[in-house]
Amino acid sequence: MSTPIIETDGLTREFRVRDALRRRTLVAVDDLSLRVAPGEAVGYIGANGAGKSTTIKMLTGILVPTRGSVTTCGLRPVQDRRRLARQVGVVFGQRSQLWWDLPVRESFRILAAIHGLSASEEASRTEELVERLEMAEFLATPVRQLSLGQRMRGEVAAALLHSPRLVILDEPTIGLDVLSKQRLREFLVAERRTHGTTLLLTTHDMGDVERLCDRVLVIDRGRLAYDGDLPGLSRTVGAERVLVVDLAEPVDDLTGIPSTRHLTSEGHGLRQRLAFDAEATTAARVLAAVSERAEVLDLTVEEPDIEDVVRRIYAARR
Amino acid sequence: MRATIRVYWRILVAGFRRQSAYLLAAFGGLVANTTFGLLKVAILFATVRAAGGELQGYDIALMSTYIWVSQGLLGSVNLFGRIDIADRIKDGDVAVDFLRPLDVQAAAITTEVGKAIFNLIPRGIPSVLIGGLVVGMALPDDPFAYLLGAVSVLLGITIAAATVYLVVAAPGFWLVETRGLQILYMVVSGFFAGLFVPIWLFPAWLEALAQATPFPSMMMYPVDIISGRADGTEALVLLAAQVAWLVAVAALGQLLTRAGRRHLEVQGG
Repeated sequence: MSTPIIETDGLTREFRVRDALRRRTLVAVDDLSLRVAPGEAVGYIGANGAGKSTTIKMLTGILVPTRGSVTTCGLRPVQDRRRLARQVGVVFGQRSQLWWDLPVRESFRILAAIHGLSASEEASRTEELVERLEMAEFLATPVRQLSLGQRMRGEVAAALLHSPRLVILDEPTIGLDVLSKQRLREFLVAERRTHGTTLLLTTHDMGDVERLCDRVLVIDRGRLAYDGDLPGLSRTVGAERVLVVDLAEPVDDLTGIPSTRHLTSEGHGLRQRLAFDAEATTAARVLAAVSERAEVLDLTVEEPDIEDVVRRIYAARR
Repeated sequence: MRATIRVYWRILVAGFRRQSAYLLAAFGGLVANTTFGLLKVAILFATVRAAGGELQGYDIALMSTYIWVSQGLLGSVNLFGRIDIADRIKDGDVAVDFLRPLDVQAAAITTEVGKAIFNLIPRGIPSVLIGGLVVGMALPDDPFAYLLGAVSVLLGITIAAATVYLVVAAPGFWLVETRGLQILYMVVSGFFAGLFVPIWLFPAWLEALAQATPFPSMMMYPVDIISGRADGTEALVLLAAQVAWLVAVAALGQLLTRAGRRHLEVQGG
């Protein structure tokens, strides 16, 4: 592994919270040690309040760690905050970095000046982003008049304008419709391919992780609960895939198919849901077994969703 | 250095242009300014006349200039204690500010100054014109006085923004709610800046107290220079005092920002 672009050792952040006159300490991130190599695409997942955003804020020098060390792009985030800011681009899905009252284009100009881009760098990079994120139609529109999908594209462009080595996205697809999500993911894939950008993203959307990430970190109550690839994660937690079949006529519950568990039947058995272990069998084999007993009209396969996977990990640790 | 100037110039212009989105509100402010200006005319002119036509060096014409220039500056010199960065610290948007390769304090103050400079157009200049046309006023004939006046106004605007940053925004790193500080600032600043009455009409002890704060350098000094009440060396002394106050409040704000960062708690989101 080459020099990590992110490296933390025993990283810890506590918050003092006051409830009902009593002060207590909340450990948001607890003894977190992780390494991310340049060029990786890492999904950082966990329940709300698990410590994802706090980690990101320590990686970027916004929050000061209580204990432990952190190095991002070879720099100390708090002390070298301004130098680090030139190498990192961050999108907070819930916060805007665009100038609310000004046209989108104007935000890009200001940010280009802030990051010290030359006129030619500014022109070519802006053109590239406008084209890839399809922003031409709303460049002259004040930010406050944009739709959420448009604004998120603007946010991503704003964070990537200075071609950062490391891009951190905190819930980038939150609230977006399917098409907008798809467009954003395609952009990020293309951006990685052309520029070799390192990607760290937090999300509640399994689609984001599946399409963008080659590595997954799961955080639970501030601690690292899983580090590996996505299929491995499903294996670890034994998350099952679910085959849903619509049958031509009502049949009895489809029990007894190898490595398969019957979940529910609807309409006297017209629609049945079967959970199967993806390690032991395949959707095709299960389907073949079902077809021996009844005529299948339609089918869908449900993937384990991120909440389910996280829940299972958490359950296994408690 | 040139790159730094270019960056903050951009931020200044952005503040200016942001404010231009609210032109109608600015004209609303002008109406309020003018109304209170006429009120001040009624009270302060009566005071000068009661004193026999001259009070501490103020005759009617000079008092008129004081009134209309101070009213005009009210849209630009921050005597209300509101500043965007205070809200951003409170709701956590300051996280975005820390993600930029900029000094957070300098960027916040520059933005405010840009907004304030814009307000001179719909509020400052019209206020002086209206006062001059309706009531009449004395203005210096030396063009150099106007140059000094412009510099002094810019300094006054910047001192006010930097002081609000210091007194209202920066404590937000420790306190959750800074509205009390904002109200306190509003009450104290207007009085000591000479918004209601020139501080030169205060009793000696109160004038000394005012001079021990940065508030007179925000409004009283620029008004004195523009009106010609202070000219020549006197004007330069006032300018020097302004520079000293600016350095002092900016340096303290910088210290507080550095210390406050350790306390910053941006939870959630």
